[in-house]
Amino acid sequence: MTIITLGLIAGEILKEAWPAIQKFGLKFVYGASWNPNRQIYGVLPFLIGTMMSSLIALLIAFPLGVSIAIFLSEDFLPSGIRQTIRFVVELLAAIPSVVYGLWGIFVIIPLVQQYGGLLDKHLGFIPFFKGPVFGNSLLTASIVLSLMVLPTITAISRNAFVATPKTLREGAYALGATRWEAIFGVIFPAAAPGVVAATILAFGRAMGETMAVAMLIGNSPRLTWSLLSPSGTLAGLLANQFAEAEGMQISALMYAALLLVILTLGVNMIGELVLRYTQRRTAGIQ
Amino acid sequence: MNSVLTKPANFFTRTFHAKTAFRALSNRVLTGLCILFSFLTLVPLFSIIYLVFKNGLPLISWDLFTKLPPAAGRIGGGFGNAIIGTAIMVGIALVLAVPLGILSAIYINEYAPSSRLSAGVRFVAKMLTGIPSIICGVFAFAVVVVHTQFSAFAGGVALSVLILPTILLTAEQALLGVPRAYREASYGLGAPNYQTIWKIVLPEALPAIMTGIMLAVARAAGETAPILFTALFNQFWIKSIWQPSASLSVLIYNFSMLPYPYQVKMAWAASLVLVILVTFTNVLAQIAFRKKN
Repeated sequence: MTIITLGLIAGEILKEAWPAIQKFGLKFVYGASWNPNRQIYGVLPFLIGTMMSSLIALLIAFPLGVSIAIFLSEDFLPSGIRQTIRFVVELLAAIPSVVYGLWGIFVIIPLVQQYGGLLDKHLGFIPFFKGPVFGNSLLTASIVLSLMVLPTITAISRNAFVATPKTLREGAYALGATRWEAIFGVIFPAAAPGVVAATILAFGRAMGETMAVAMLIGNSPRLTWSLLSPSGTLAGLLANQFAEAEGMQISALMYAALLLVILTLGVNMIGELVLRYTQRRTAGIQ
Repeated sequence: MNSVLTKPANFFTRTFHAKTAFRALSNRVLTGLCILFSFLTLVPLFSIIYLVFKNGLPLISWDLFTKLPPAAGRIGGGFGNAIIGTAIMVGIALVLAVPLGILSAIYINEYAPSSRLSAGVRFVAKMLTGIPSIICGVFAFAVVVVHTQFSAFAGGVALSVLILPTILLTAEQALLGVPRAYREASYGLGAPNYQTIWKIVLPEALPAIMTGIMLAVARAAGETAPILFTALFNQFWIKSIWQPSASLSVLIYNFSMLPYPYQVKMAWAASLVLVILVTFTNVLAQIAFRKKN
């Protein structure tokens, strides 16, 4: 039954997207212009926006998420405090996406408007930080996205850290390693595949995240490399245009949805396989 | 001879001490950094909770839950229709997804736990949990909206696709948690398969299944993307499930973009209602889950 559901999803979207696939073919993927008025559809700017926003979100979330995971799996502080922090991070995952968007509009956008100029002034020679500065920008969306994928990274990496065999840690301590030498030298390498899986799955989540990004990124169909200017993502494109679309535009949007499904499914499948590999590898050691 | 021997030894102890000091120091610094990062994450969360309460709480009143949204730029009114709309759509989603999810879970756990089909279902369900929620909306658009029109029913269908894998996977875990001995005792008394499942296994697994359903409700109530272009929005009370419907989450999205301060305040108030609802169900589910263990 569940298989039928997934089959149905793929089938229906494919059916609706077929006219666009026939008409635009692969040009749809590398076409740099999206203009429903002139019936020109190319998703390259959105594809790049999706990738960039997810990558930057990971760049921010990875160090934070992994250090929280280490924090939660070590005994720095009493277990009560750790349990509370764990619960709080889980709560971050439960907050609806629109609420993140609303918060981003009133907290992160003003921050980016205020301090984005500094980035432009001092790092403007790098194309990524070139002005002019917009509040609704790639950077704003990425910051909020990083918060949203943090629980994914933390939860899965924490499991990996906790699952490293106790004997490994004890062996490292017995050889005179300090706590962090044990973490970097022994525990982290043992848990690394789990952390990699966590990061890949978080990447998949970031790519599919819709509402918060649609509210913050500016939804511009123009190709840009600057983090400080508006951009767009595939999911945001769907959210913005579906309600008013008709005819060929619906078909083109279905095609874009299909691309998004392929991308996220691919990434998730890789993540899931890495995770399975990890579990199988550590299963034998006590 | 003597001096030759002592010199390297001296050198060794000195670097040894310096090295231990450095190791101890770097150990402390890293521990501090790790704790700092962990507490740093709490800042945005507290900021969100604080702002939601600060901006939302003043608006909470009886009218907010019973009246219609105000016209553009006006003050007063509430989002009663959005609350009803969210409830109706989550209800439709549950009616569609709960039987299907639980039946699939029973099949893959009780009837054919190690068959290839079951492994396939498990894998597909896992993949479905990773699908972006907006794709559920695209699906409902293709299946329902294209053939009829924007409606609460289409929104419900989208949400049901969203929660189906959650319900299936938690129900499977719940069934796995029922001790084998119970089943064997039932078979020993001569009960056939369906009676064992219906009278012994399901009642025992029910609390854990309910936990899964509660988590699904919390998730569905907060989702915006799947209903944004399936149920659209409605300024008025919903008269049938074949009409466009308002919902709390789409109301937040729409009103947050408006230039009117009162509407923005209403978006915060709706966020407050959603956050409380979601947190409450999550805590409840956690407590139920802990009790079981």
